[in-house]
Amino acid sequence: MAVKVIIPTPLRPYAGKQESVEMEAGNVREALKGLTTRFGELKKHLYSDDGRLRSFVNVYVNDEDIRYLEKEETQLRDGDIVSIVPSIAGGTGK
Amino acid sequence: MASKIKIPNLPETGNPSVALSKEEITRYSRHLIMPEVGMDGQLKLKQAKVLCIGTGGLGAPLGLYLAAAGVGRIGLVDFDKVDLSNLQRQILFDTNDIGRPKIEAATNRLRNLNPDIQIDNFETRLTSENALDILKDYDIVVDGTDNFPTRYLVNDACVILGKPNVYGSIFRFEGQITIFGYPGGPCYRCLYPEPPPPGLVPSCAEGGVLGVLPGIVGAIQAAETLKLIIGKGEPLVGRLLLFDALAMRFRELKLRKNPECPVCGGHPTITKLIDYEEFCGIRGEESASPAQTSVPEISPRELKTRLDRGDDLFILDVREPHEFQICNLGGHLIPLGELSRRVNELDSSREIVAHCRSGKRSAEAVEFLRSAGFRKVLNLKGGILAWSDEVDASVPKY
Repeated sequence: MAVKVIIPTPLRPYAGKQESVEMEAGNVREALKGLTTRFGELKKHLYSDDGRLRSFVNVYVNDEDIRYLEKEETQLRDGDIVSIVPSIAGGTGK
Repeated sequence: MASKIKIPNLPETGNPSVALSKEEITRYSRHLIMPEVGMDGQLKLKQAKVLCIGTGGLGAPLGLYLAAAGVGRIGLVDFDKVDLSNLQRQILFDTNDIGRPKIEAATNRLRNLNPDIQIDNFETRLTSENALDILKDYDIVVDGTDNFPTRYLVNDACVILGKPNVYGSIFRFEGQITIFGYPGGPCYRCLYPEPPPPGLVPSCAEGGVLGVLPGIVGAIQAAETLKLIIGKGEPLVGRLLLFDALAMRFRELKLRKNPECPVCGGHPTITKLIDYEEFCGIRGEESASPAQTSVPEISPRELKTRLDRGDDLFILDVREPHEFQICNLGGHLIPLGELSRRVNELDSSREIVAHCRSGKRSAEAVEFLRSAGFRKVLNLKGGILAWSDEVDASVPKY
């Protein structure tokens, strides 16, 4: 399935400074795998050492949090938008 | 759905015994002539008590708009002093305020804007010890802080006290806004159960913020706060609003209450405030990374002496090109992120002094180079900031 993965500003330095990446993927796991294969540095920002998605990084398919769908097994359809939304704490821009 | 729920302590109708003066009627006339606010809404605003945590980038537009709108009692919490580098975005302050406590300058500004309201100030850092006491008198809390420990502290305190928390956070060109702690709605821990470990948060190389971004995000927080008070419209509950100023695009994601949430779930395991610095894996904001404390260092004065003496030292600058443009020590620029593939540009037989802005990234660079077999590598202690302080004051600090 042709999907678009949106990369948030804090992770763009580890993803070739790209805002989004278009790729073929059948589910969320494949999409993220495709991303980390292309951008190796991104891996440690998305996954902890035991291979689980980090708890301060949420992944959405369109507007739904994958934790409330089938997690990384969530199926993707053509045109789906996968968003990576990490926790940011800034308030004053230090 | 959520708009039907009553928030504890907020009156359902404005108390008619709290009338507006003739001046107040004129001051708020553009509210009063709208049926959605009207006299009833304006009286609710007058009776409302809102606590703003932080008076910086987000707190500035927030405080200004809440005061202008006639929120009767506004609490401000901040412990910082106004710095020249704040003025690019913290519009509560002006050049004359540099060096003043923010709380003092902010109170002054808001009192001048609206002398009819009460401003409470708390010149303190919000802590697990004082948070419940400070928050308890207010109807709504607005989070304009800038670090993870305080974010989790504010969240937990709001859940424990049953107060809505109007949340906004920013990074460079992006903002996230929502309301946590609304009756029946999700909290911050439902969205992010844990903070990132300190090593993974963006370093100073990736920081910065477009000055107007906190203005936009803080103004949205102000709008949500006013809506909660007057009880009109659809509050930003169960929805995470994302704003990207570069793309100039708003997006909205669903935010669900986590039934397993340790604070607001059915069987909470966190029922009182904890040690949030420990929870976030840090001790103070400027905690040293392991690399920083263990790599060989050279002080700015020592480096100056050795350069003046004519020692053969290779200066390696590991900052980003846009930082090099701000100021530099004439070093060879290889950004930390490119060091591993550009290591062949370095001569391991020469003595290398690595530096960055504050000494943190260059400590990582030194550690990496030593592991790659370089024997004579030193970290410039305190970076270009310390160089400016101790050796050459003409080098600007940023």
